Amino acid sequence: MKYPLTLKVNGETYRLEVKPHRSLLEVLRDELDLTGTNDGCRTGNCGACTVLVDGAPIPSCLMLALDAEGHEITTIEALSAGGELHPLQRAFVQRGAIQCGYCTPGMILSAYALLQENPRPTEAEVRRALVGNLCRCTGYVKIIEAVLAAAEEMASADVGSR
Amino acid sequence: MSTFSIIGKRIPKPDAIPKATGQIIYGHDVKVPRMLYGKILRSPLPHARILHIDTSRAERLSGVKAVITAKDLPPRRFGYGRDRTPLKGDKVRRCGDEVAAVAAIDEDIAEEALELIRVEYDPLPAVFDPQAALRPDAPLIHEDRESNLFRHQEYVHGEPDRALEEADVVVEDEFDLGYVQPAPLETSFCLAAFDASGKLTVWSTTQIPFLLQKDLSEALGIPGRDIRVIQTAIGGSFGRGLDMYSFEPICVWLARKAGRPVRLAFTRQEEFAVSEARQSMRIWARAGAMRDGRLWVREAKVLLDNGAYVSWGTVTTLVLMETIGSLYRVPHARVVYDSVYTNNPITGAVRGFGNPQGTFVVEVQMDRLAEAIGMDPLEFRLRNANRPFEETPQGIKITTCGLTECLEEAARRIGWSEKRAAPSRRGAIARGVGIAATMNVGGGARIYRSDGCGCIVKVDDFGRVTVLTGATEIGQGSDVVVVQIVAEELGIRPEEITIVNDDTAVTPWDVGVHASRTTFIAGNAALRAARQVKAQILETAEELLGASAAELELRDGYVRIREAPEQRIPFDKVVRARHFRQGGQVIIGHGWYDPHNEMLGPDGKGNISATYGFGAQAVEVEVDVETGKVRPLRVVSAHDVGRAINPMYVEGQIEGGTVMGLGYALSEHLQVHEGRVLNLTPFDYRMPTIMDAPPIETVIIETDDPEGPFGAKGVGEMGTNPTAAAVANAIYNAIGVRINSLPITPEKVLRALKERGS
Repeated sequence: MKYPLTLKVNGETYRLEVKPHRSLLEVLRDELDLTGTNDGCRTGNCGACTVLVDGAPIPSCLMLALDAEGHEITTIEALSAGGELHPLQRAFVQRGAIQCGYCTPGMILSAYALLQENPRPTEAEVRRALVGNLCRCTGYVKIIEAVLAAAEEMASADVGSR
Repeated sequence: MSTFSIIGKRIPKPDAIPKATGQIIYGHDVKVPRMLYGKILRSPLPHARILHIDTSRAERLSGVKAVITAKDLPPRRFGYGRDRTPLKGDKVRRCGDEVAAVAAIDEDIAEEALELIRVEYDPLPAVFDPQAALRPDAPLIHEDRESNLFRHQEYVHGEPDRALEEADVVVEDEFDLGYVQPAPLETSFCLAAFDASGKLTVWSTTQIPFLLQKDLSEALGIPGRDIRVIQTAIGGSFGRGLDMYSFEPICVWLARKAGRPVRLAFTRQEEFAVSEARQSMRIWARAGAMRDGRLWVREAKVLLDNGAYVSWGTVTTLVLMETIGSLYRVPHARVVYDSVYTNNPITGAVRGFGNPQGTFVVEVQMDRLAEAIGMDPLEFRLRNANRPFEETPQGIKITTCGLTECLEEAARRIGWSEKRAAPSRRGAIARGVGIAATMNVGGGARIYRSDGCGCIVKVDDFGRVTVLTGATEIGQGSDVVVVQIVAEELGIRPEEITIVNDDTAVTPWDVGVHASRTTFIAGNAALRAARQVKAQILETAEELLGASAAELELRDGYVRIREAPEQRIPFDKVVRARHFRQGGQVIIGHGWYDPHNEMLGPDGKGNISATYGFGAQAVEVEVDVETGKVRPLRVVSAHDVGRAINPMYVEGQIEGGTVMGLGYALSEHLQVHEGRVLNLTPFDYRMPTIMDAPPIETVIIETDDPEGPFGAKGVGEMGTNPTAAAVANAIYNAIGVRINSLPITPEKVLRALKERGS
């Protein structure tokens, strides 16, 4: 038995019918082909499936798709809409913060949510914000550097635009 | 002064932007029309006879398109030990052994179908302790073998018995090194499809695309020439993909039976429960030294638990032998090992491949020997460090060797002399520093008959260069290394190069990504191919510029006269001039590189690699003596990498390797009870998070290896090898207790402190 679902993802509205036990992760990947959201553990442990729900980072494997109705969902695909990399994406690319890349979309979205709330985080604040996102490749060193560098760049661009 | 324009630059990987934007396609993302979903029914018992399997109800379930058991498969064995079939028909030998498999139109139906399969088992006595498995009355796991011993080997150089008598001091320890998992973030994956003519395409996250062709062929009787392996982007691997495992031939056979493509992906629970782990080892070791500071002898007896089946991972003992026989100058050594079958989880390759275990033994005992002769552990190491261009008694021909520099740099930057002199204690918090070194193959490792890699470089009419390489990108950055080497040689920008690395029907052969070999081997193959292209370009440019090839150089997208750089022609124009004329030619270069290394002889001797990497890590830790919690505060990791083709990703290998080593040292542990894995999530397994990762300072030592491409050596595993030993040594410095069992959990720290009576 499928239920109707109206899902707002990256500013677009989708009308779907889904089984009630489908997670947001499964619907994003299987129905909407938004495969930038990665499937790592389905227990909310690894953070590879992190998306923003009304701006807050959430492991999409732990949210039922039907519960996402009425919320604004943002996936990694939205960050470079228009072809321009977001400063966080650019910093991850340029500073070697990406190896296998499986954690990257989730990392970037968790960092994005942090910088929305706290544009000039300390290293300790970056660590706290990314604690739900596992990376097996990088040892996290360059990820922290990238987030701090992006924050710096965004904050100075912000000052410049005023 | 370096004259390179591309080598040594921090250039992002070609796949970095697709990965940052979510556009990259991993195995889990691949969908093909009419694709079915495969699932495997696994044994709940560690050792049992299979009496009967009833699949009839599963077959009748709507949406199920294929159900297979062992009797559907050709009776062929596969694997390093030729000791298993993809599905088990007569008996199961471990929890998780594959008994039946289904393919259905969605995952829910596939799972439901598994629940409808009835299997009757007759439980057999099982054995979980490798020592007990060697007893004559132990349950025999493979009935066609005489015992559960898979292999016994002895390695000797010098006269270890006499040397142990002679040595002024001898230390003796027992080490207990537990299971860890590679645990990449993307779980195991396979997608198989047959075309109408019976040819098979497999999409895979393997590390060995060309050996997978062969392995699938052997397991299923499909001719190798009818098998094409396409590698998707790979979400980490760390050794997992070094063997073919049962799920791959099972996936293929489901596709054949269903007549439709089948996708089979592990859940994370499955990944922890049944995918391969690093061998647990028990090692009894002695080492001796002379009072004047000479390391004199080492001896190790190793008991390696393969689990129910052996993989290439069982060869880790060769690496361990090399570490014990050749890390530092040691005139006398013996290694004896037994590798044993049990009903425990299967084991395989994990980054370091025996070296983390061997290095732990060597480097803990180096500290103990230094203490026994009253010498600073750093001084003792420097005295006995391997030197450049010397051959070890094992037959390892060291060429470039920056071990001394690595030790000195790591020690200096951690503040060795001040901190060792006065380990601090404030309340319950004690601090200490420790150091450990590593030697790792850095120029391939001939464990297979060929250690080669091929490369083709072609140039189109517009000057775009395409590189077809056999090398496998698992995240480490092999693509960017190959691109930088070709760009440097051809004097073009890296953006002008397209790299193709993912298809056995397209790319030349490679033995696989392992043994820290890719930069060295694939890099040399790419350099050879690029040199052919360069020669063709120069040949035509000679005519166009009226100068001899020796006077010309390729730089910044032009061919120019070195002494008169204003006389130049664009690269792409030379390409067209060569092509579009009577008797013209397109530009293609090819390179094949197979190093001059040797397979080890039956005595364990030989020069297994064309060159060796060296490194040293110094770690400062904080130990809470009330809770037993160990916190690494800082790591300095210094490595002789020959030359860093791309320092950013060299650092990435070392930083990532170090945190994996910290996991091995302090937290990661696959908990196995009576053959069953208990911790099935990353939290329960205690994979290091960003809070567990300390600041890591990487020091790159360049020794310009004569055989390496632009002087480079391999670096992929070195970060992981010495970490656990450095941490254990730092803990000893902080609180004066030795813990020889990994991981060093708070519980073990507290127990050790209690036993010492503090």
